[in-house]
Amino acid sequence: MIPGSFDYSAPSSLEEAISLLQQHGDDAKILSGGHSLIPMMKLRLASPAHVIDINRIPDLDYIKEEDGVLRIGALVREADLEESELIRSKYPIIYEATKLIADPSVRNVATLAGNLAHGDAANDHPAVMLALGAELVATGPNGSRTIAIGDFFQGFFTTALEVNEILTEIRIPSPAANSSGTYLKLERKVGDYATAGIALQLALGPQAVCESAGIGLTNVGDMPIKAIAAEQSLVGKTLNDEHMKHAAELASDASDPMPDLRGSAEYKKNMVRVLTYRALKQVVEKILS
Amino acid sequence: MHSITVTVNGQAYTKEVEARLLLVHFIRDVLALTGTHIGCDTSNCGACTILINGRSVKSCTQFAVQADGKEITTVEGMAGEALHPIQEGFKEEHGLQCGFCTPGMIMRASDLLSKNPNPSEEEIRWAISGNLCRCTGYNNIVKAIKYAASKMTEEVVES
Repeated sequence: MIPGSFDYSAPSSLEEAISLLQQHGDDAKILSGGHSLIPMMKLRLASPAHVIDINRIPDLDYIKEEDGVLRIGALVREADLEESELIRSKYPIIYEATKLIADPSVRNVATLAGNLAHGDAANDHPAVMLALGAELVATGPNGSRTIAIGDFFQGFFTTALEVNEILTEIRIPSPAANSSGTYLKLERKVGDYATAGIALQLALGPQAVCESAGIGLTNVGDMPIKAIAAEQSLVGKTLNDEHMKHAAELASDASDPMPDLRGSAEYKKNMVRVLTYRALKQVVEKILS
Repeated sequence: MHSITVTVNGQAYTKEVEARLLLVHFIRDVLALTGTHIGCDTSNCGACTILINGRSVKSCTQFAVQADGKEITTVEGMAGEALHPIQEGFKEEHGLQCGFCTPGMIMRASDLLSKNPNPSEEEIRWAISGNLCRCTGYNNIVKAIKYAASKMTEEVVES
């Protein structure tokens, strides 16, 4: 499969990349890892007239934690996350989701920022970022602005990014003490898109009372879903089996899957319930142990 | 057209390429290195796996222009005077039947062993999860990579 013809530029600064975006508008696509864009171009589902390759821009591949915020640059590869000691030890939810994405060769190239900017409800990181309450930094001609992750996904393959903006950084609040998370993904075979996936981040306070809960759902709607009612049902409770089951029902109610080769809508909704309950049990146990 | 310079298996090549030329086509059709195979052409099967700056990459899902200035290794670059220990492993442990997936498997194993010289069976299976083989049932491929790991570790100890 051969993509259509396009003009290619590989700018060496963010300013140059943004000015190219301004020049070409809707006709341009940003290439970072390219593992969503290039397959779409090969299938001719996307035929951008201009491809702007941001991989030559220096200093966008950092993972650093400062002043209570984890900052991840636009060119951090999935494999970088997987190999980061900081991510493994302090952000298990990110580590667990990352190692379930595609396969190691794809993860050597694909980026976290691209996974989010593509706006695909089947991608795994959106749910994780919804659970973690991330903020995304969009850089455009007038500088940078931050977008709360809850406002980022706006519909089927649609995000809050403007045509002339690039997603340059992901900011994640450092987890409180006594908090942890997990990502559970049901897949038909290794590396597949999720039949259903659930990201959970919990913080427990004194007497194991739930102080905060973040729940994101993968591939069970036309965009990534934050299960707000389920989250709210947990906060302020000492989490027993009944609370967990109730929250799992609410998460299932928040999902709105389409039937496809991976299963019926009813099956997928039920899997959201099962995975949410399982994740809650695991994470509470992990924090209390 | 874009002028790119790519070092493949230690040799520098400067070529004029169209932006849409896929890296796997550059390697096979422009450089005539046909050891890198095209299987699914959708980044699923891993037959086209090569190393770019030491990391395994599916060359059907890269443009050749992206490789400008990079170091590429294909299966042709693995053997010296003797077979590379990974190649030897595939031979000794019957890690191939039709051989179509083998170049990709070898390049993927090379990336794995550079990061994890002594992988467990489970780590090997996860590591080749993006490389499909339809002949062997994988058991002998896992054995082949284990063979290579112990051979390469021994070589390090001896040197």
